[in-house]
Amino acid sequence: MNRFVWPLVAVLALLVFLVMGLRHGDPRALPSPFIGKPAPEFELPTLNNPEVSIGTKTLAGDYALVNVWATWCVMCRAEHPFLLELAANKTIPIYGINWRDSRPEAIRWLNDLGDPYLASAYDEDGRVGIDWGVYGAPETFLVDPEGTVIYKHLGPLDPVIWQREFAPRIAGGGPGQ
Amino acid sequence: MKRLLVLAVSILLVSTAFAIDQGKVFDDPEMQARYEKLISEVRCLQCQNQSIKDSNVTLAADLRREIARMIEEGQTDEQIAEFLVVRYGEFALYRPRTTGKTLVLWLAPFLLVVVGGFALARVVKHRMSLPIGDESGEEG
Repeated sequence: MNRFVWPLVAVLALLVFLVMGLRHGDPRALPSPFIGKPAPEFELPTLNNPEVSIGTKTLAGDYALVNVWATWCVMCRAEHPFLLELAANKTIPIYGINWRDSRPEAIRWLNDLGDPYLASAYDEDGRVGIDWGVYGAPETFLVDPEGTVIYKHLGPLDPVIWQREFAPRIAGGGPGQ
Repeated sequence: MKRLLVLAVSILLVSTAFAIDQGKVFDDPEMQARYEKLISEVRCLQCQNQSIKDSNVTLAADLRREIARMIEEGQTDEQIAEFLVVRYGEFALYRPRTTGKTLVLWLAPFLLVVVGGFALARVVKHRMSLPIGDESGEEG
């Protein structure tokens, strides 16, 4: 019987790794290299007014969400009501990066569905998206008052993810309201 | 029959119209070669398991454009790899760099061959010590 022990152990070990891999969740979700690092510098015109620009400086001083969205992004529509809820409750300032989109369509989207953002940056050619390591909208970054990225979520936000991942990270000295 | 052939050929020709990046990006063949090698070694993160050379999603197109720009600016392959790793992590490179974190990836295959070799040697040695005609191997 002895000769079967080691192959058996090897197969069991492989099975353990397989199960771990399957339970890992979204295989597209990669660890962001920005966690614990300063938010990438950017300076872009706002969606609503090309004359006004927003950037890294706008975020400073408070916990803030940076939400990457686009009108072509189906899951952005799915998370939109929850963003509106966060904005209505004044939970946290939300800034948008409108990624690789058309300005008129994006403005229409906000008019139709409601605008949860204090402002949206208009990243027409995707340069800032690359600097932020964006690879699939929606993506949401949590930035602390010092301007450090402390969390990133890939995919639509919802109350469960908010309570589990975001709320605890801003609990200590979180936003005023 | 001839008509069918013409149809088949024209369908084949049409498909080249959908090919990614028709024509060359650089006039200089050396730069073009570098560009093609680089983009074939960068993972498309929007559509994993494709390189950005093979993908036509917007992010892949954006990254091709950025890489072309960096080559134009005279940046080295290492600088371009660094640009990608800082933003997307080591995962973005199909050919991970030999650094502390990825060392295990590079060494694991050799390690496995060595371990497998030892196991094989042991089995063969054991089998050779068996009397001829006895295949059971139970008494060891």
